[in-house]
Amino acid sequence: MSGEGPVLVLRRATYRYPGGVVAVDGVSLDVAAGDVIGIAGANGAGKSTLARLCNGLLRPVTGSIVVDGLDTRRHEVHELARTVGLVFQHPRAQLFARTVAEELAFGPRNLGCSKVEVQGRVARAAARLGLQDVMAVSPFELPAPRRRHVAIASVLTMEPRVLVLDEPTTGQDQDAAAVVADIVRDLRAEGVAVACISHDMRLLAAIADRVVVMAAGRVVAAGTPRSVFADAAMLEAAGLLAPQVTRLGLALPRLRGRPVVLAVEELAEELAAARGSGGEMQ
Amino acid sequence: MIPGRDTQAIDSVASLSPVVSVRDLRVRYPSAATDALDGVGFDLVPGELVGLVGLNGAGKSTLCRCLNGIVPQLVPADVSGSVTVGGMDALRTSVRLMACVVGVVLDEPDAQLSQGTVGEEVALGLESMAVPWSEMVARVDDVLARVGLAGMLERPPLSLSGGEQQRLVLACALALRPPVLVLDEPTSGLDPLSRAAVFDLLADVAARDGTAIIVAEHDVELLAERADRILVLHDGRLVASGTPAAVFGDVSAMRAAGVRVPDVTAVAVTLNGRAGEPLPVTFEGGLRWLAGIR
Repeated sequence: MSGEGPVLVLRRATYRYPGGVVAVDGVSLDVAAGDVIGIAGANGAGKSTLARLCNGLLRPVTGSIVVDGLDTRRHEVHELARTVGLVFQHPRAQLFARTVAEELAFGPRNLGCSKVEVQGRVARAAARLGLQDVMAVSPFELPAPRRRHVAIASVLTMEPRVLVLDEPTTGQDQDAAAVVADIVRDLRAEGVAVACISHDMRLLAAIADRVVVMAAGRVVAAGTPRSVFADAAMLEAAGLLAPQVTRLGLALPRLRGRPVVLAVEELAEELAAARGSGGEMQ
Repeated sequence: MIPGRDTQAIDSVASLSPVVSVRDLRVRYPSAATDALDGVGFDLVPGELVGLVGLNGAGKSTLCRCLNGIVPQLVPADVSGSVTVGGMDALRTSVRLMACVVGVVLDEPDAQLSQGTVGEEVALGLESMAVPWSEMVARVDDVLARVGLAGMLERPPLSLSGGEQQRLVLACALALRPPVLVLDEPTSGLDPLSRAAVFDLLADVAARDGTAIIVAEHDVELLAERADRILVLHDGRLVASGTPAAVFGDVSAMRAAGVRVPDVTAVAVTLNGRAGEPLPVTFEGGLRWLAGIR
């Protein structure tokens, strides 16, 4: 059914909350298998509403969202759940089981997987997020950052072709955030289409093939992280700020005309290259 | 001491004697194999904005919760040492009374919201401290404007976005004008410019009102720009304390504590820093430093 085309297709998708607030306003977007798209924007820009549209929790009032060939207006959330996994911004909104093991097993069991298959999926997801030691613990007894890892693992056990992550690194230290970034890279290599909503521009710089910037429900910019993070005025208007290393590169006169940098090593290399070319140095 | 606290009272707080004194604080939770905090000691003086950094599980949240007595009074734990906040023994004075001297903003803001409207939410603490009606109205308007929620007075708190809820719980704490503010990752759900705005606000509250502020935060670039001092926790121990330049500039110590240093500091290290010269930790400092390399 999926073929070669994009597995997540939004066409002029619009959502208005009862009461009249238009949270998502004519958004069009394609995400292909093995594509990681980052979604950034100020608080209230419509990012979390967009996430709920992608898994059918909300349905567009106009326009359409098609996930792996399934139109969300014509399919129930539980049907869509076979294809699209959503990790919520607040893990507490998602978790409910008495133990981490039960939490992880719930999804695949409901998909009708065999007992052996469920066990295999649970073990793989637990290993990916390093949860083996806490399988018998209640998710609610874990510190918030670990709870977020449980929420991610409980969606990975569904083995979705489309994964939507809503602020997956909030409150996480660099090690815990690196775990999430590594998992996104692995899923990308496995051909999963990933949409990652985040305020963490360093994360998006590290994992995204493309970054989409939203403001007041609309897409105001889209492109590679390098092109999007180079537009300081657009970012500021959207409540955003490029990673510090990117801003440093853009502000250094001697790097004028050089490629936009996204990582510490890249800036160091560009400075070394500028040093090598000599001429412009003081 | 808080209701009707006038500016003179604030001036008297703004001397340089510590308003928070923590001495040899040890905390162990029931059934835990190790101490959550292991001999932590430091002072906070009025008007300083202090950043608290460390890996998840290093003890930041436990420390925040000791400063108003949630640990050990509401969350049981074996505790020794002393925590004195605004002259009160935080480990033994009821959390309710501690609320007069220390405002606390925890992560997961929705767990702290209970009222029907934003205005009522901010007024709740003021009512329980018997602040007169007219002053209450003025303070509610003032703090909502300061956190960027003006015009949201009648909205139900739970209908706000995550970032707005975070600013609302901050407004609730600020409205009480406590001499000490404790914030546990107050910006974790905020977009980058809102995060910077919250830190601008905290710096303003510290400088103008003389409030001592301690804030647990992962955004080291922001802390390097705005904080007066950085405390680093690692495995329950306080392993570093000093200016952002001194603390983040000690890259090997930060690596040992698992704490990222600002991008600008990491770039300087990659370029093999010049011997004996301090590493840059702020954006402007970094531009100057990088302009000087050859």
